[in-house]
Amino acid sequence: MENQVVITSKNMIKKFGDFVANDHLNFEVYKGEIFGFLGANGAGKTTAMKILCGLLTPTSGEIFVGGFNVYTETEKIKRSIGYMSQKFSLYEDLTVFENIRFYSGIYGLSDADIKMKSNNLMDKLGLSAQRNSLISSLPLGWKQKLAFSIAIIHDPQIVFLDEPTGGVDPITRRQFWDLIYDAAHNGITVFVTTHYMDEAEYCDRISIMVDGRIEALDTPFNLMKTYNSENMDGVFLKLARA
Amino acid sequence: MRTIKFIIQKEFKQIFRNKSMLPIIFVVPFVQLIILVHAATFEMKNIDMYVVDNDMSSTSRQLISKFGGSPFFRLKKTTFSIKEAEAALLSDEADVVMVINSGMEKSLVRENKASVQLLVNAINGTVAGISNYYVMSILASYNKDLITKWYGVAQSSQIKQININYSFWYNPELNYKTYMVPGILVLLVTIISLFLSGMNLVREKEIGTIEQINVTPIHKYQFIIGKLVPFWIIAMLELALGLTLGKLLFNIPIVGNIFLVFAFASVYLLAVLGIGLFISTIAHNQLQSMFFSFFFMLVFILMSGLFTSVESMPDWAQMLDRINPIYYFIRVMRMILLKGSTFKNIVSEFISISIYAIVVLSLAVWRYRKTV
Repeated sequence: MENQVVITSKNMIKKFGDFVANDHLNFEVYKGEIFGFLGANGAGKTTAMKILCGLLTPTSGEIFVGGFNVYTETEKIKRSIGYMSQKFSLYEDLTVFENIRFYSGIYGLSDADIKMKSNNLMDKLGLSAQRNSLISSLPLGWKQKLAFSIAIIHDPQIVFLDEPTGGVDPITRRQFWDLIYDAAHNGITVFVTTHYMDEAEYCDRISIMVDGRIEALDTPFNLMKTYNSENMDGVFLKLARA
Repeated sequence: MRTIKFIIQKEFKQIFRNKSMLPIIFVVPFVQLIILVHAATFEMKNIDMYVVDNDMSSTSRQLISKFGGSPFFRLKKTTFSIKEAEAALLSDEADVVMVINSGMEKSLVRENKASVQLLVNAINGTVAGISNYYVMSILASYNKDLITKWYGVAQSSQIKQININYSFWYNPELNYKTYMVPGILVLLVTIISLFLSGMNLVREKEIGTIEQINVTPIHKYQFIIGKLVPFWIIAMLELALGLTLGKLLFNIPIVGNIFLVFAFASVYLLAVLGIGLFISTIAHNQLQSMFFSFFFMLVFILMSGLFTSVESMPDWAQMLDRINPIYYFIRVMRMILLKGSTFKNIVSEFISISIYAIVVLSLAVWRYRKTV
């Protein structure tokens, strides 16, 4: 790993009234790595991710994404990231191609690029026959893969995935992770939240959040060693119950 | 520019793919136009009348037959009982009761004067006033007949009085439809554009796609314009269709320049769509948005001058109407279509609505947050 930092967070704090959603988060994410963001529901994962994407303004902290300040340069950040939210983000009443065209269009891709990229993308996902099918007619797994591919259609530096595999069967999840590896291989940094512990093991490094704080941050291997556990499930349970 | 093009393209695709929306946009308003124009009328026809004739003279009978011959009155019953007539008034059988006391003819011949009593159901003041006026004119004309009969033509024309000669301008036949069609058309175009734009953005909030839009480098104004243009085009088309129907079905006069109507509409629609999008940025779901839109719409319509005259509202209400876009458009529509007003005549309305559009659109862009 070349250890070039693409995300820095120093003492990130986000409060909603009295409730502290993110409590002094400190971490760095390196270029090209798959960074897993783990935690129970309500631990503050999504909040932190929204701050990094420029969807939420943090209460305090020094935070840089892709070299840009999250307070003042959110529009520049948005140009260099991709994002796939928990909620389903494609237009159900548009076709596969129309969704691709729309999102590539608003990212400013040229007509020639749109044509080329959409063909490549549909080939890769095996969706060429469904080019003119409405999204609503596709199975969930296909939608998720398509949503991910669209989130990186403009070749962002970093892609944020918020529980991308929720409700998807194991085989499709495996295929989804192939896409993630592929993206990382092409130099895109992947920042992913999940609560599937088997997925955590696919990550290069993971951080585990409990009640708004980061309790542990290391490679899965080191974490299992530190917490004396055979798998990530054990690590997580030890941390969450402590 | 390119970004806006992609948003517009997407919006159009979504509108035309929504099979339940299309009839709402293109059929319902015109069905409403046809129904409303016939139903929303102040024209007085078929006033139900009871007559209590206790005189039973030739004069009283002649008088009654005068009413029978009028297209406005429907003689339901002639009775001798005032009680029965009052009961009919109470049960809405009768709108007007005329009571002729016995000895009416005698008194007319001997003392040169006589009186009849009129009982009018005045729950609706306007209707009561108009029916009263009709009865009066029939009585007046009967008076004239009597004088002519008894004293001769020469005598009758010697009675000195000031005569008023009417001439109704701009709507000489006092055709109610001529007055209503332009107004109702404004309402339909407004309702469609307000509700469509009010629901649209908030729908993206509900299904979650707005979050995806918000992480893109799209500018706020680009997004708002992209949302605005499709609805603007649809509403303009709708207006054109409505005017065509109005001309074909109701033969409404188009005295002024029709392009002036469209010029005004083009600015007016920006204001209405701006309100809708503004509501959309505030509301959290489509239900809330509907509720907001409905509330504004109701106040706007009732104060618009469609049914009632704005000039007779209290001063504060007239001031309030300055922020009612419908008021401007109905006024301008009627001025141009019926009176043939030119740009010079509507310049102040034009300026007002332009300022209006700029203000609400700025509000909408300002209030649309790319952060949650």
